[in-house]
Amino acid sequence: MGGTGTTTLNLKLKVWRQNNPQAEGHFEDYDVEGISTDASFLEMLDVVNNRLVKEGKDPIAFDHDCREGICGSCSMTINGNPHGPQRGTTTCQLHMRKFKTGDSITVEPFRAKAFPVIKDLAVNRSAFDKIIASGGYVSVNAGNAPDANARPVPKDVAANAFMAAACIGCGACVAACTNSSAMLFVGAKVSHLGLLPQGDPERERRVLNMMQTMEDAGFGNCSNTGACSLACPKEISFERIANLNSEFLRATVKNRNTSGSVG
Amino acid sequence: MSMKLDSKIPGGELEDKWSKYKFDMKLVNPANKRKHTVIVVGTGLAGASASATMAELGYKVKTFCIHESPRRAHSIAAQGGINAAKNYQNDGDSVYRLFYDTVKGGDFRAREANVYRLAEISPNIIDQCVAQGVPFAREYGGTLTNRSFGGAQVSRTFYARGQTGQQLLIGAYQSMMRQVELKQVELHTRREMVELVVIDGQARGIVVRNLVTGELESHAADAVILATGGYGNVFYFSTNAKLSNVTASWRAHKKGAAFGNPCFTQIHPTCIPYSGDHQSKLTLMSESLRNDGRCWVPKKKGDTRPPEQIPDAERDYYLERVYPSFGNLAPRDIASRQAKYRVDEGLGVGPSKVAVYLDFRDSIQRVGKKGIEEKYDNLFDMYAKITGEDPYKSPMRIYPAVHYTMGGLWVDYNLMSTIPGLHVLGEANFSDHGANRLGASALMQGLADGYFVIPYTIGNYIAGQKIPAIDANHDAFKAAKASAQERIDKLLKVKGSQTVDDFHRKLGNIMWEQVGMARNKPGLEGAIRDIGTLRDQFWNDVRVSGENNNLNPELEKAARVADFLELGELMARDALARDESCGGHFREEFQTADNEALRDDKNFCHVAAWEYTGEAAATGKKNWQRHTEALTFDRVQLATRSYK
Ligand SMILES: Cc1cc2nc3c(=O)[nH]c(=O)nc-3n(C[C@H](O)[C@H](O)[C@H](O)COP(=O)(O)OP(=O)(O)OC[C@H]3O[C@@H](n4cnc5c(N)ncnc54)[C@H](O)[C@@H]3O)c2cc1C
Ligand code: SF4
Ligand code: FES
Repeated sequence: MGGTGTTTLNLKLKVWRQNNPQAEGHFEDYDVEGISTDASFLEMLDVVNNRLVKEGKDPIAFDHDCREGICGSCSMTINGNPHGPQRGTTTCQLHMRKFKTGDSITVEPFRAKAFPVIKDLAVNRSAFDKIIASGGYVSVNAGNAPDANARPVPKDVAANAFMAAACIGCGACVAACTNSSAMLFVGAKVSHLGLLPQGDPERERRVLNMMQTMEDAGFGNCSNTGACSLACPKEISFERIANLNSEFLRATVKNRNTSGSVG
Repeated sequence: MSMKLDSKIPGGELEDKWSKYKFDMKLVNPANKRKHTVIVVGTGLAGASASATMAELGYKVKTFCIHESPRRAHSIAAQGGINAAKNYQNDGDSVYRLFYDTVKGGDFRAREANVYRLAEISPNIIDQCVAQGVPFAREYGGTLTNRSFGGAQVSRTFYARGQTGQQLLIGAYQSMMRQVELKQVELHTRREMVELVVIDGQARGIVVRNLVTGELESHAADAVILATGGYGNVFYFSTNAKLSNVTASWRAHKKGAAFGNPCFTQIHPTCIPYSGDHQSKLTLMSESLRNDGRCWVPKKKGDTRPPEQIPDAERDYYLERVYPSFGNLAPRDIASRQAKYRVDEGLGVGPSKVAVYLDFRDSIQRVGKKGIEEKYDNLFDMYAKITGEDPYKSPMRIYPAVHYTMGGLWVDYNLMSTIPGLHVLGEANFSDHGANRLGASALMQGLADGYFVIPYTIGNYIAGQKIPAIDANHDAFKAAKASAQERIDKLLKVKGSQTVDDFHRKLGNIMWEQVGMARNKPGLEGAIRDIGTLRDQFWNDVRVSGENNNLNPELEKAARVADFLELGELMARDALARDESCGGHFREEFQTADNEALRDDKNFCHVAAWEYTGEAAATGKKNWQRHTEALTFDRVQLATRSYK
């Protein structure tokens, strides 16, 4: 009963299957019929999986949870685009009305050295957690906080910080980058916390440590193509990377001048 | 077996209880804290805040979640906001008013002392979150702004557009990750708790399944905390994230933790309606939208004109008509029932006729499209993506859906269950919302529990008893592992013909029809029977493909649905035993002349806490015993809840 009027699609899927992290992966073909245009991309995969289970075969593994575009779990590259063809949209919010009957669709996991495949379309993105652990926070213990209104924050500054904080940690930016760089993800966090007065005291430490951890985890350098921002479901601006670079430079200089005390 | 329910509410005046508790409690000295290990299961708002805070205090914390990253917990999806009694708007709010609204909103089925503590702590939560860098919405002057939620006549809800849960969870997650880096928290992701280990009557650890390798792992501790969320997914269709489940709570229940008010379920009035068999979940449209949206149906049955063409005089703004003083901000249980009545009267809209309108026309005229965008941007976007319609142009179509479970494991004032050492936080416990939760109060409760309650009460527990040294090689762990393995093997061995989803949908259908928005005796008796039958079929005919030794989401789902198939029965039993209507629990036999809930304070002013007493070997019949904890109201007068 979708507003656009429901029709159904027949599709040809080519899906990456890989039984475990060590196994060699390969593509497998599936013909699927009668998919409602109101279904989401994941609901389409549910249909395929239910069929596979009934046939006694192993269903396609993929990460998902909220199916509302906010948890950052879903992570597949569809016809070469992380999260598929629709701008500003996660895989779970991509609906089949964006496809035509007869379409061929290739589905792969997010690919990056720092995101090893666990099974099929599910990857390990714990490198992102490591980056956050190395500095993506404000060091404030529970019970230490002053009154919330003690420090006014201009409305536009708060809104700008919010736009950066909207990152869902999905990793599409990494999958889209020819160098598998995590600069957009790191830039979003550095902007979010750096813009707010609460994040200011750790500004230099944060950026130096997060950049170091990013490098150690096997992410590459920025490719300067802007592909990350185009793939980002939350449309995190490419300018966050420029800001990250200048924050990094600023912190490096300051660190040198204070002989390493901020690192 | 007899179970004693002692709520351990401290003495003294309501306003002094928590301070007095904190003064009287036993303390663990700072140097000793690092000798104590605490397990936290769950990394939503409750679990992440608890892990971070206990680690800050010096405890050794071991934290577990089923997700690939702790930041993906279901809390991330919360939209509308978080309440706090800051009175920043100068509109007459106070700790007492938040306390009063919450007790009344819960239809007088929550403990006064717990609710008062929650209201008292609420301002500190906002302070803490702002200090962490949570980017709440602000005024031009730089101060924090608020909006209104249902069941309140003041503006006390703090928000970050329609992504409040995300921002709060990221704040808690970041604080926890800081402790991971400091090696105070040992983090285990993609681990599912499949057994609770109880030794000499104390909760001493858990067995988890490594979801990537299938291995079972044992972890021992001095105390165990569950913060594993709610069980709304027993209905299959709900607004909850797909992985939300009852398994951790259920395993604890079967080891002796009483389950409080299992039938208290919240059906949220504004969700995108069901649209077809392909659908896997329902999507919430935040209650905050009722600040600016007006609910209506056409006055005339069978009116097929597009909504824009129906003049005001021919629309029934039913919430404004029935509840003139709260209007569109009537509490959830009430707003949901009113939508159901309209649909039952044949006035529903849209192709299915099982929906009502939520219309923003007037607000868009008042504050402009931009004003609405600023407040709800992502929600309007989400609506458009899912339905293919533009809610800026025509009204949203919405209908109630299962959203939250007020019921959960019974806990005392310390947040400790009936198993010593097992504590339960957040949506997983039954504590503060009575028979109906007010909007924006779950986030408040989860963070209150994690940042400001458990860090105190856990110390009181640890310092208050002898907790002998044990390790994960203890026989009790071996036994727990063996029984978990047996359940997994059994699931894989059935090799039947129906998928896990087939069973889950069938269970959901029984629950929605008989244990949903309106319940009655014959329906509930039927549900108990039907769920039992479905459970037998499940164990004889379910098809779980794949293997145990690698990532297998089908197997994970199967184990969770197996637990839902038992929980569903208990929910029906609880609803059947409660011969009254209160909050979200609406028994058709007990209603007033104008179809409002009819409470029976004489016989049911209590918490029902169910003890699992085992299974009949011959028939597989499950047995429970119902215990009660009387609720006394010293401050708030028991009254018929009115929002007129
Ligand atoms: C769509 C939506 C919007 C909402 N909006 C609001 C709002 O605006 N305001 C408000 O106050 N409330 C809102 N709520 C309610 C609120 O979000 C939840 O009640 C709250 O977030 C629950 O938090 P929690 O920490 O208790 O559990 P959850 O966030 O559900 O976290 C559960 C955790 O437990 C883990 N886990 C679960 N089972 C196991 C297991 N067996 N083993 C190991 N780990 C396990 C998970 O991995 C997860 O980390 C909303 C709810 C929904 C569905
Ligand atoms: S920056 Fe965008 S693409 Fe990258 S992790 Fe964040 S939300 Fe995903
Ligand atoms: S499943 Fe949560 S963002 Fe897609």
